[in-house]
Amino acid sequence: MSLVTGASRPVFLLLRFLRGGAVPMLSLVLLALVGVFWLLLGDRIVGVGALQSMAFQLPELGILSLAMMVTLLSGGLNLSIIATANLCALTMAWVLTTYVPGAHGLMWGGWQVIAVLARVAVASIVGLINGFVIAYLGVSPILATLGTMTMCKGLSIGITRGNVISGFPDPIVFLGNGTVAGVPVALLIFLALCVPIAVLLNKSPFGHKIYMIGSSEKATRYSGVDTRRVLLGVYVLSSLLAVVAALVMMARFNSANAAYGESYLLVTILAAVLGGVDPFGGFGKVGGLIMALILLQVISSAFNLLDFSPFLTVAIWGALIIVVTSLGVVLQNFGVSRRSV
Amino acid sequence: MFGRRRRPIRADFVALTLGIHYGLGWFALFALAGAVGILCGLINAIFVTKLRISSIIVSIATLNIFYGLLIFITGGKYITSLPKFFRDGIWWFEYEDASGVPYGLNLQILVLVVAFVVAWLLLNRTNIGRQIYAMGGNKDAAQRLGFHVFRINILVFGYLGFVAGIASLVQAQLAQSVTPTVLVGKELDVLAAVVLGGASLTGGTGTVFGAILGVALLAILQNGLVLVGVSSYWNQWFVGLTILCAVSITAWSNRRRLAAKAIN
Repeated sequence: MSLVTGASRPVFLLLRFLRGGAVPMLSLVLLALVGVFWLLLGDRIVGVGALQSMAFQLPELGILSLAMMVTLLSGGLNLSIIATANLCALTMAWVLTTYVPGAHGLMWGGWQVIAVLARVAVASIVGLINGFVIAYLGVSPILATLGTMTMCKGLSIGITRGNVISGFPDPIVFLGNGTVAGVPVALLIFLALCVPIAVLLNKSPFGHKIYMIGSSEKATRYSGVDTRRVLLGVYVLSSLLAVVAALVMMARFNSANAAYGESYLLVTILAAVLGGVDPFGGFGKVGGLIMALILLQVISSAFNLLDFSPFLTVAIWGALIIVVTSLGVVLQNFGVSRRSV
Repeated sequence: MFGRRRRPIRADFVALTLGIHYGLGWFALFALAGAVGILCGLINAIFVTKLRISSIIVSIATLNIFYGLLIFITGGKYITSLPKFFRDGIWWFEYEDASGVPYGLNLQILVLVVAFVVAWLLLNRTNIGRQIYAMGGNKDAAQRLGFHVFRINILVFGYLGFVAGIASLVQAQLAQSVTPTVLVGKELDVLAAVVLGGASLTGGTGTVFGAILGVALLAILQNGLVLVGVSSYWNQWFVGLTILCAVSITAWSNRRRLAAKAIN
């Protein structure tokens, strides 16, 4: 590389840094954005209050995106996460509001544990249906989860007649609105999920199998991996993550409904892809996803402070993913032509 | 998707807003709505082909962009003061039965028939239609055969946008008002209907007649449930169950057929 001398060397290093993956690229974009917003808003965007409010808003979308990401990595898609989350939230809400107010002492806590178990059971069933239909019957993931999404939502609407169930015991509400040393509990839950998921994906045989299936399911099966069982696991895992999201969501609103958070569905795909997850599967890291989530949250918070319409934020989110992906393509092309020189 | 139309909902209401403000006639109205649709479709086509981003991601991104801008610019306002000719719509072969209920072919069904016929002609009776199927089946192979992928994409997405634009007019006529938020969230229903009709998500297969059957299945199911007396709250559950069963059975029988072929 005798060409890389003098003034072009920093440029070259920057390019290499940016081509390193989603995290460096996104952190650069984030830095630039925070700089701009800081000039516009001053301390309001980097102050403690702003950070805390961002930390309250991020986990819902964050956990749902994790649920989406796991399936994206395996080359699939899970459209039913929101519907599953709402169905679980309603199941739990029903147990909580029916049994907890009348119970005392040990049973007061007991019913809450039962409520959590009930929702885990519901989510596992949905996950198993998804996994079975996709892995064993060979239905394409979009369709299968579209079906379960409509079914779960239909079930939620049918049972509640579209009404809201609200009024939960304090420990549940604390999960959504409480703080520990100034850090929202919801954020702690999110981080506590990220670490095991990252380890599971990158360090365990199960995780490696997910990545391999995402790259080529056929090749993985011919290498002696029971891909069907792994896929079943993936969709159950995704459903279980949706349960946690449901917990955080219902705790924050102190209510549950069949239609909460529906606008998040496509945004979770957006966040995952922005974070460097390949929509066709096989590539992507939890770190990239977290970066993408922070980026989206900073934009949304700053626009809120600037008094822009929330719909404009949505438009900017859409534009952002196109810009970032095109940057990646342009850089790659630049790198190729450079190497060929 | 390449073989068939996927229709992300577009910001076509802008067209209607304009059209109604300036008092245009039917033809101009259709042309305007179609043009806005085509424009949105072309933007998608450019991103899909030039940036090589998956079409799902592009359409989710542009869906957010168009929808966000639409609500931001219109402020989410309704338009209900539509011109009279538009409110009346089009009715052919009108007659009333003994109890005074009017029947006839209305604008919605006419447009539906025309749209299906045009799509069928495009896909089955033109060179371009075969190219679309070829590209859906295997893009690289189609490219090496000399098909111009960018041009096909422009046509597919442009046509999609055009039809979506027309659909927005039809919806507005039916609802007798223009609402920026209506139809949002319907993308997945449309997808379900088309795929129920046999189109493949990976592209290359699917027929217009299948799409008609898919749409008809969902429409008849929903209508039938109401007639049978099932509470409309349970509507969605049945639709979901139908989708899940239909796709499962199709996949299962495909698998059986493949297995049988492998044994012989």
